Formats: sequence, C-alpha cells, structure tokens
Amino acid sequence: MLMICFYQAEAQTDFDAIMMKKKQWCNGATYMYSGWDHYWEGTLNRNNQNIGTLTTQSVMYMTNYGISDKLNVMASLPYVWTHASAGTLHGLKGFQDLSLFVKYKPFSFDVGKGKISLFAVGGFSTPVDNYVIDFLPLSIGLGSTNVSGRITADYQLGIFFTTISSAYVWRSNVKLDRTSYYTTEMHNTNEVEMPDMLNSNLNIGIRKKYLIAEAIVQNMTTLGGFDIRRNDMPFVSNKMNSTSVLLHAKYTLPFYTHIEITGGGGYVVTGRNVGQALLFDIGAYYIFHF
Amino acid sequence: MKTRIWLLLVVTSAITGLSIGCKKSISDRTANAPSLQPDNLDLNAGTWKPVLLYRADTFAVAAPAATNSTAYAADLNEIKGYQHNLTSDDAQQIKYWAAGGVLRWNEIMRDLVGKYNLAPYQNDDGTYPIPNSANPFAYPQFPFSNPPYAGRAYAYVSAAQYDALIACWYYKTKYNRAAPYKVDSSVQAYGINKTDLPAYPSEAAVLAGVTAEMMKLLFPTEIANIQQLAQQQELAAIMSGAAARSDITAGEALGRQVAQQFIARGRTDNAGKAVGTPSDWTNFETIAMSKGEIPWYSLEVPKRNPMLPFFGNVKPFLFDSLTVISLRPGPPPSTSSDEMKSQNQEVYNYIKNPTRDQIAQVQYWADGIGTSTPPGHWNLIAAEDFIKKNYSEVRWARNMALLNMALMDAGIVCWNTKYYYFNPRPTQLDPNIKTLTGIPNFPSYISGHSSFSGAAATILGYLVPENADKYNSMSNAAMMSRLIGGIHTRLDCTVGLDVGKQVGNYAIDRAETDGAN
Repeated sequence: MLMICFYQAEAQTDFDAIMMKKKQWCNGATYMYSGWDHYWEGTLNRNNQNIGTLTTQSVMYMTNYGISDKLNVMASLPYVWTHASAGTLHGLKGFQDLSLFVKYKPFSFDVGKGKISLFAVGGFSTPVDNYVIDFLPLSIGLGSTNVSGRITADYQLGIFFTTISSAYVWRSNVKLDRTSYYTTEMHNTNEVEMPDMLNSNLNIGIRKKYLIAEAIVQNMTTLGGFDIRRNDMPFVSNKMNSTSVLLHAKYTLPFYTHIEITGGGGYVVTGRNVGQALLFDIGAYYIFHF
Repeated sequence: MKTRIWLLLVVTSAITGLSIGCKKSISDRTANAPSLQPDNLDLNAGTWKPVLLYRADTFAVAAPAATNSTAYAADLNEIKGYQHNLTSDDAQQIKYWAAGGVLRWNEIMRDLVGKYNLAPYQNDDGTYPIPNSANPFAYPQFPFSNPPYAGRAYAYVSAAQYDALIACWYYKTKYNRAAPYKVDSSVQAYGINKTDLPAYPSEAAVLAGVTAEMMKLLFPTEIANIQQLAQQQELAAIMSGAAARSDITAGEALGRQVAQQFIARGRTDNAGKAVGTPSDWTNFETIAMSKGEIPWYSLEVPKRNPMLPFFGNVKPFLFDSLTVISLRPGPPPSTSSDEMKSQNQEVYNYIKNPTRDQIAQVQYWADGIGTSTPPGHWNLIAAEDFIKKNYSEVRWARNMALLNMALMDAGIVCWNTKYYYFNPRPTQLDPNIKTLTGIPNFPSYISGHSSFSGAAATILGYLVPENADKYNSMSNAAMMSRLIGGIHTRLDCTVGLDVGKQVGNYAIDRAETDGAN
C-alpha cells in the first residue's frame, strides 16, 4: 500500500474472476517494482530531496489450489526490500506478510449471450516476521494482521469481460518499538489503532483461451486515519488512499499449458499520504494437473 | 442453490461479526493513574529553596474569609450545586486532574512539543524560513520545538510550577483554611483522597495559573486551548470538593504572578538570540577551517541552517555561564586523524547489517521530529515512576524541576560544545554510513541524546534511588542507540554521557540543599 504499494497483479489474485479447476495447483513467483519521487503529504503533492526516488521491490511466492471448480485456496508471501536514492536513510528488507485466501464461486448463470459470475473471498494476512513498521517510507510493511471479506461480480460476453470487486479489510492494532507517539495528539502507549480499509477494483478486458489482457482501475480507501503534517514523516496509521490505473496480461504457453507468464504495469494517478508510484511486475507460474 | 446462499450469508456475517466484535480502542498508560494520595503532605514546603523567587511571600496573598462567613457559605453552596448534578463528563474531568496537576501539565507539555516539533519546509530559493514569535500563526509555525527549545520549555514550566507551589504551601500553612470537605460534612470528597492539607490557596489553581501564563511565552498559538484546560482543572478542583471558589481565585492569581518572574528571565536568557544570522553560520566554518579541521555541514537537501547555534549561550539554571565553559570537554580527534577514521569505521560496522534488536533500540530512543524529544522522553520515564511514589503535588513539582533544569542545562553545555568544535557527522566523513533514524541538523561532537540521558539518569537516580540502576542502564542504551543508528561515533556518545552526568551532579547538589530532604 502506500509508499510501499503492495501491488498485487499476479496470475490469480483474490480480486479477479479467475478460478483454478479442481485439482489444479498453481505455483510461481512474481517480481514487483514500485518507485516514486513524488508523494502526497496529506493532499499536497510534493517531492523530497532527502529521499530522492523511493523504490520498493519484492519477489512474491504465490500458490493457488483448486479444491473444486468453485472453491480455491491461495497463499502468498513476499520478500521485500526498500531503498532511497538520496538522503541518508538506511533501506530495509525482509519477509513481509503471509496471505491466505479462500475464493468461492457460488453462482454463475447466463444472461442473454453473456455470463455472470459471483464470487466471495475471505482473506487473512499476518506478518511472518517482526519487521520494522515505524520507519516509513522505508519500512517494508505496516505490520497489521488483516481479515478481509470480498465480493466480486464478473460479466463475460464473448471474449470481452468486466469485473467489479470490493473488499472490506479489518486491520488489527500494531505495536511500535517506542513508548509514545504523536498522531493528532500524543499517545502514551506503544499500541497504534489501525483504521480499516476498503479496496475496490474495476477490470475491463479480453479473456481468450491463452491470453487474458485487461485494464484495471484500483482504489484503496482508508476508513479513518490522519494526514501527514507539513514536512513530517509518514506514519502507519495515516489515511492512505490511492487510485491506480494498470494494464495487465496473462499468457499461457499454447504448446505447454503448464506454464503461465504474467506481466503488467501501472501508475498511481491520485492519492493521499502515499507515493505517486510507477509500478510494474513480471511473473511465471507452473500449473500441475492432478 | 439455497445452501450456497446460506454459506455466503454465514461467511459474510462471520467476517462482519469479527470486525465489530474486536474492539480496537487503545488506552494511554496513565489514563487511569490513581488520585494523589501523598505519603507526606510536605507542610514545610513553604521553607524550601525556590529557583527564582526571592522569598516564598514575595507575592502577597490576602487572608481568606473565615469558614463561618457568609462569603464562604456561598462558596460551599456552589460546590454543593455542582455535586448535586455531576455528569459522567464531570466525573471524568475530576478523575483526570486528581492524578496530579504537575503530571497532567507535564503530559500536556509533551503533547505540545510533539505537535510543534517539525522542521520548516524550505523556501523556493533553497533557504529556510525561521519561525517568528512575533507572528506565530504564520508558516512556519512558532515554535519549532526541537530538543534544545523543548528542554528549555520543560525547565521553565517545571521551575515556575515549583516556585509557585512553594509560595502556595507557604500561605496554606500560614492561613491554614481547611478543605471544603473538611469544613462541611455535606460536601463530598468526590474522586479524590481526603487529606489535612489546607486548601487556601488552591494548588490546582496555582498550577493552572502559573502554567497558562508560561505558555504565553513558550507556545503562543496555544493560549486559547491552554486557558480552557486551566479552567477545567480549576472546575474539577471545585467539583471534587477539594477547593472553594475563593481558594481558586487566590491560587490562580498567585500562580500568574510567579510566572511573570520566569517570563522576565526567559525574555533575557539569550534564547531569543540562539538562531544567529547567515554570516554567523559561515563564521563557524571559517573558525573550524582555520584550525585545520573539516567543518560540519548540513546533510539535508537543500542545506539547512544549523539548529540554534547560540543555544550554548543561554543562561543555565543550575550554574553560571562560566561553568558552562568549564564543563565543555576537550576537542574530538582531528577530522583527518586515524583515530577519527577508526571511530567512523566502527559506526559503519554497526550500520552495515543491523539486527532487529539494534533497530528496535534505535527506534525506542530516536525521539526525532514529531516526538516530545529526548528531554520529553525522560519526562515520560520520570512521570510514570513518580506516579508510584505517592508524592505531594509540591514534591512532584520539585522533582520535575530538578530533572528539567538538569536536562536544559545539559542541553546548553552540549550545544556550546557542538558549535565550539563544529565537528562533522560520521555520514559527512563517510557517505556509506546510512542511518536508522534522521540525522539531526547540528554538529556531531558531543551527542545530545547522551548528554540529556546522562543528566537525567543522574538526578533521577538520586531522587528515586531504588531505580538508579535502571536509569543508568537506560541512559547507556540511549547513548548506544546513537552509535548503532549511525548518528554518532562512540566518542561523541561516551563524552556526551559524561558531560551529562556532571550536569546531573549539579542538580543533586541543589537537591541536597533545597530543604526538601
């Protein structure tokens, strides 16, 4: 998210309308890049010569198993490293959050020549390591344990499709290494209340036998939180909002359908307390058929 | 189809239930601090040695009306009126302030320091605007409550509170007018512990008056908010049955008068001249270069003017300005020496691959922008320990004053040293040294965190001897956090800690002779 843009656009995600078939098992890794030299301090777009360009890179292992055609389980774990091109701040690195999703497709029915599918996704994520959260924008994550509920609707007509999806993310409180901190007032505790979030996306594209190509508008809205003050550092419980536009494709090798290649890129077009990041990713996946 | 709908409903409601069921509210460690219950009322505090007041009765307080007078009967009726209709908000206010006025004002101060501890954003031409006390509401807001500013602010407020309470205790024992709950059995002691401490003038109102008045000097844009808090404190004292209106009126007036002495000192203590001018800033470089040394420069982009370079000329509380010079340590190794090279190599070795525990230590003690600063951190440590000590309000004030005068004076000696040698940061001499917290914008030698921590641990170890070892190991951890964070060399830290301890000893000297033991 944020300055750290955990940009998810791998082969199968919790927010798309793709399901593994029964007893299919997908495994793979994606490299992700996020870089920005401007960010929003509250609503003010600015640069910071003491940071230069902030890059967050990660390699994420992802796996997805089809329990049935209608029920998939997914897990992922990224290794993340950060770097500031200017200034003196030390980059950080490490394993971030383990995510688990259960994706369920209860309904699918024909409407005229098209087809509508509905999905429900339950998610859980938690840090696998006690990484540093109080050193934004160089922290590798925000440290909260999240539980999410998502509803997705997909409409396909011929090769064309559109997906709309929205998730409510409940976030646990987090703990800092220090005993007091200032938000809009001083708190004499190491515990920080994390506002919940709403993540939504709209995808439009084509879905063919070997190729899926789509344009995605992604929105992240923090339900609470506060703005970075003038010339202050960012903080874990900031109001981090963003809207990004992405292009993404997944290609299955026609001569060897066990292998999928994914890739894409995008840009954060508007935001609040987040980096105006340029994003791209590339991944490769192997699918076992049992 | 039906079972699928049910399953969907169950999953959705389970997630919703979990979200609503898990309350996320957090509470401050001191939110439920107990009401003051002093082991000793310190009835002789009117004879303790003040900081600035010439005598405890420098400011006259008229004799109060007798408790059988019609004026006092009206005061009691006001209390009874409140106590008949106490709301839960009123009860909350009483509980909050009953934990102690010195504690609560100290917390409010730390909040303000955090709020104002932000460095100004640069101008278009790469220079930086300077906060201006004559125009405090314009950007950049006044003050920029950086560590030296904050250290001085805590000291002035604490010392003024201490002197004001000495005067308060003097009149309390002189007039010996009991608290409303002692005079009239139908007045309750609500949310507070009954004591035999005379009520006139009210210590709550003395604190409200003296603190509100000091803030006019220190946080001028907050006067309206502070005034409101002062009134809440006074009203809480009345509603609790601890003070009558006439106790409050006399107390607030006394507090404000005492504050005037501290404000007058603050206006002439040289802090107003601490910023300097561009030619002053260049002059530091010239002097360092004339000694054959590499001068400090700002590592911010664009280069920021050095933080309060003449703070080392501010008038200390615990000793005179000549003593500041005598406490200034000898020079650091030459910037071109092998010794300096090996000092910096050690910093680099620490910073290359920091462990999680090392980062935690750096973060714990970082106290950088947007925090209450290192002096504020030591106030937090002291306050949370003092809560367990069952001090009277006046002893709270005395111990906080000793701590904060030590912190301020340590800051003065430290700043004096920093600008006398104008020594570069490790990262300036070796850009490979990346840091785990922001590099403060002033010269390296000697470490401010170490100086503050040495002073604080020394006086706190005297005041709370059973915790002396804890304070010592905390000050060592604070000192080391600057080395492992890449901010300072070991020598910056160890010499700073030693200077701080020497300043702390001056605070002990004062404590041994102030009449409070």
